[in-house]
Amino acid sequence: MSESQGELLLEMKGLRIEGYSDEQWHQIVKGVDLTLHRGEVLGLIGESGAGKSTIGIAAMGYAKPGCRINGGTIKFDGMELTTMSESKKRKLRGARIAYVAQSAAASFNPAHKLIDQFAETVVEHGKGSREQAYADAKELYARIKMPDPDRIGFRYPHQVSGGQLQRAMTAMALSCRPDLIIFDEPTTALDVTTQIEVLVTIRDIVEQFNTAAIYITHDLAVVAQMADRIMVLRYGETVEEADTRKMLSAPEKDYTKSLWAVRSFRKEDEAPAAEPTPLVKVENVTATYARGLVPVLRGVDFEIHRGHTVAVVGESGSGKSTTARVITGLLPPQEGKVYYDGQELPADYHKRCKDQLRQAQMIYQMADTAVNPRHRIRDIIGRPLSFYLGMEGDARERRLRELMEMIELQPDQFLDRLPGELSGGQKQRICIARALAAEPTFIICDEVTSALDQLVAEGILRLLDHLQRDLNLAYMFITHDLATVRAIADEVIVMLQGQIVEQGPKDDIFTPPHHEYTDLLLSSVPEMDPDWMDRVVNERREKGGLGAAGN
Amino acid sequence: MNEPGNSAPSTDSVPPPPRPSSSALAVAGRELWRAPFSAKVGLLIIATYIFVALFAPVIAPYGESEIVGPQFDVWSEDHPLGTDHLGRDMLSRLIYGARNTVGIALLTTLFAFLLGGTCGILAATLGGWMDQLLSRTVDVLMAIPALIFAMLLLTIFGTSIINLILIIGVLDATRVFRIARAVSLNVVVMDFIESARLRGEGLAWITMREVLPNIMPPLVAEFGLRFCFVFLTISALSFLGLGIQPPTADWGSMVRDTSTLITYGDITPLLPAAAIAILTIGVNFVVDWFLHKTSGLKDEH
Amino acid sequence: MLIQRLSLGLLTLFVVSVIIFLAVGMLPGDAAQAMLGQAATEETVAALRARMGLDQPAPVRYFHWLMGILQGDFGQSIANGREISELIGGRFANTIFLAVFAAVISVPLALLLGILAALYRNSIYDRTVNVVTLSSISTPEFFVAYILILFISVQWGLFPSLANVGPTTPFLERLDKTFLPALTLTLVVVAHMMRMTRAAIINLLASPYIEMANLKGISKRKIITHHALPNAWAPIINVIVLNLAYLIVGVVVVEVVFVYPGLGQLLVDSVQRRDLPVVQACCLIFAATYVLLNLTADILSILTNPRLLHPK
Repeated sequence: MSESQGELLLEMKGLRIEGYSDEQWHQIVKGVDLTLHRGEVLGLIGESGAGKSTIGIAAMGYAKPGCRINGGTIKFDGMELTTMSESKKRKLRGARIAYVAQSAAASFNPAHKLIDQFAETVVEHGKGSREQAYADAKELYARIKMPDPDRIGFRYPHQVSGGQLQRAMTAMALSCRPDLIIFDEPTTALDVTTQIEVLVTIRDIVEQFNTAAIYITHDLAVVAQMADRIMVLRYGETVEEADTRKMLSAPEKDYTKSLWAVRSFRKEDEAPAAEPTPLVKVENVTATYARGLVPVLRGVDFEIHRGHTVAVVGESGSGKSTTARVITGLLPPQEGKVYYDGQELPADYHKRCKDQLRQAQMIYQMADTAVNPRHRIRDIIGRPLSFYLGMEGDARERRLRELMEMIELQPDQFLDRLPGELSGGQKQRICIARALAAEPTFIICDEVTSALDQLVAEGILRLLDHLQRDLNLAYMFITHDLATVRAIADEVIVMLQGQIVEQGPKDDIFTPPHHEYTDLLLSSVPEMDPDWMDRVVNERREKGGLGAAGN
Repeated sequence: MNEPGNSAPSTDSVPPPPRPSSSALAVAGRELWRAPFSAKVGLLIIATYIFVALFAPVIAPYGESEIVGPQFDVWSEDHPLGTDHLGRDMLSRLIYGARNTVGIALLTTLFAFLLGGTCGILAATLGGWMDQLLSRTVDVLMAIPALIFAMLLLTIFGTSIINLILIIGVLDATRVFRIARAVSLNVVVMDFIESARLRGEGLAWITMREVLPNIMPPLVAEFGLRFCFVFLTISALSFLGLGIQPPTADWGSMVRDTSTLITYGDITPLLPAAAIAILTIGVNFVVDWFLHKTSGLKDEH
Repeated sequence: MLIQRLSLGLLTLFVVSVIIFLAVGMLPGDAAQAMLGQAATEETVAALRARMGLDQPAPVRYFHWLMGILQGDFGQSIANGREISELIGGRFANTIFLAVFAAVISVPLALLLGILAALYRNSIYDRTVNVVTLSSISTPEFFVAYILILFISVQWGLFPSLANVGPTTPFLERLDKTFLPALTLTLVVVAHMMRMTRAAIINLLASPYIEMANLKGISKRKIITHHALPNAWAPIINVIVLNLAYLIVGVVVVEVVFVYPGLGQLLVDSVQRRDLPVVQACCLIFAATYVLLNLTADILSILTNPRLLHPK
């Protein structure tokens, strides 16, 4: 990335944006200053609600429906956007400032071919004929190493995979050779192995065309690869701003430091020695969907011991959640058995007795949908108490309070609330309490931290770890995030296309030699080191891996 | 709650904001006050109709089917809205009509909701062959236009009030089934339902305690819409002479009985028709407001 | 997909015909008894029964009935013994004429009003239209009809209130006589159709690809024609066909008000006379039209769906 300071391209001063909800206006962005020079990449980072997307899109003089810019100035190449007429702004958008959205699948019009959506901008802004645009598109597709670059543009969006679509959108943003591109979380919806391909594409393009960019993300490691400069945002205000290397090595503000420290959490204690009988044993399970037509699991075989955490890792479609469905009895397997404490469990949960159901509890990814929004916290946590343990009255109330203490929430402040009044992390804690209320020995945690901001997620991991020690719980931790695995696992299972490719103690999995897929997975996870991506790209080029980026 | 050394405040420790201390009644009052003009008009209309229906015998100057004057008498002091084709007082029959027409429509709608709503929630919760069976049955019933089907069945079974309620109720239950199933399906896929199932909860708990509270707002709105539809269907049938039968005072048949007057420029037949229209407009205004408030379904046909 | 929907449509038609056939079987007594009345002797009833084929098992009777219908033979009326196909022929044409007349006015009007309301959402126009259409939906057809008669026919004398057309009525006179019924249907159906159009367009305009087109600097007009419209066909076709189906039903009441010699009028008369074979025939025709319209809607939306047009 070039460090050369080009001329000033974009300057925001005291930018204020408000949004309308619940019948009143709320300030989303509270006076942000931002400058960007030609050829420079600025990373905007922050947790949800920081206003980073809103600021990014405001660089185009655009506010999402229901939002409006209510203060400050936005100067793009000397032109003031806040007072500019809509028709003039339209002439800038796509031509001089382009946008790459998070979900390419939703942002491409399903009715038109990719290349026509590419050419449309060129023709609309009078930058060339349709034929010229076609030729340019093919060249760009080739340059970003899309498979079959001469013909892939003639496909419809739904005929192309997610990662390719995201790269096609990056190419489309480049169609008029803009001065500035806004990347709005372009890789958040992708698997890690796909993400790295898109990241490489974006960075190559930004470098080759010396385009300035605003890169919006919540992922620190990603922004470390992409940005020359980083701006940290929180609640619509700037926390701090510095060059990438300086920001990574020496952040000044406490909030930034805490963000940086998130990934440092490591489970401290060794897991207790494995008992002879595993608590949960999954034996040679094969499962299918759609009455045997779609195979989803093949010969899955593993054990989970009392007090241990087994992390199941894999990308979308790898079968990790299906494995959980087999264990809970939601999806009876076609072949194979599930044992609990040496005893075979009935395949269908309907046939399991109350006590078998009680022993294995589940915590979900989306805490929002995992608790009934119409039930009070008291009833949500209290139900397993009365249902399984027959607790009523004072005993139940006492236990409720104990459980609230265990999840570190004040009973008096929370017990009579509805879930809608709580934050995401608090809701996840309620789900943990509900699971604990059943007094289980085994808990399945299905991506429990992926929907949470990193700081909150870390709090949840610490809580789970500490509960495990106190209650000698066994966890099956389903996740796609290897950082989470590193933090909490004792044993790791790597899954790919319904099969286990590698399993063993965490240290064995994380130390080479790896299985080929584990290696790809591990090496694709961005690290906080700004040189990480160059290193990986070089390593893979040597092995001849990344050259044929694509699916 | 955070480990010492982690200086950043986590949102988890922040208690939720204090609840508004006002009672549910006060909240309802405030919402009412802030309601759009059309919704207030709607509520006023509904209240008036309820009042008239409840106190019909007190308000009406004459009996429901009492012959009190000459046929098609003009508007006069004795008969403010004249008399009908048999010499019965129009105003009194209009007032009793509130009781009969609205009452029967309400009963029918309740029956439709009980039947369609129960089946819809069950189909969504149970899934599998039960869902298939119910859904396909409803598909077939809905393949025949409701008014036409109702006419066929009324021909066969005869046009008594109880038949009317049962036939229209069953036919309308198909629509209720569709909507109840659809909104329940949105709830049934949620993790808290899976969680309840894995806990070992029975069907009664899952449907009544987990699903039902979450589908009440759209169902309430749908009740208003369905009521309008049933009310209009029954009125149409009565107008065609196939619905509520004489001598029961009913707005649809009153329009039919006095319709010849319209060709003389007399607006009497328009009065019962207007009575029907005003009530449905009122209900629709309220439903429209309610839908915007709960911002669930919009512009349902 | 297409084949599947088509066969489902045919299956529906079959099941509907079975239901209509069976419904009559639920009647106490049978058609022969009903035709001859209570006074008839057992022998004469049995003889008629045999002549009508009523002594045969239900599946056989159904088969004969269906075969007859497919050849245009609906049997005879109980009330006057005439061939039902004769009774129906001209009337069905009249009903279709009225429905088409109303559709020709209402479809373009509703689409225009609906799209405008969606584009200028929450404007005064939109809110006024919302209240007006809401009121219009809530109004029984006969109320609209009588108001139109009162003003347009009785007070201003512009159009006749009696739509008594015959097979020899010339086209222009036919238009004149059916204007009020058509207008009534239009008023009722436009409200429905434009509300649905509005909802469909608003839904469409909220999609991320429309926002993307905005951020690409595409002109407003082109966003509508090039990005919204190609995806709007399916919902719009759906709205139109659903409302045409609604017209077919709504026509019954309107025909009675204007004494229009259509199928609806015949149905109502026959129901009052409990003339079952005729009721059966009318219901079957109405139901079949309704099923076919819905089938058309589904097929057209499959055909205009880009995802299905260009499979992987």
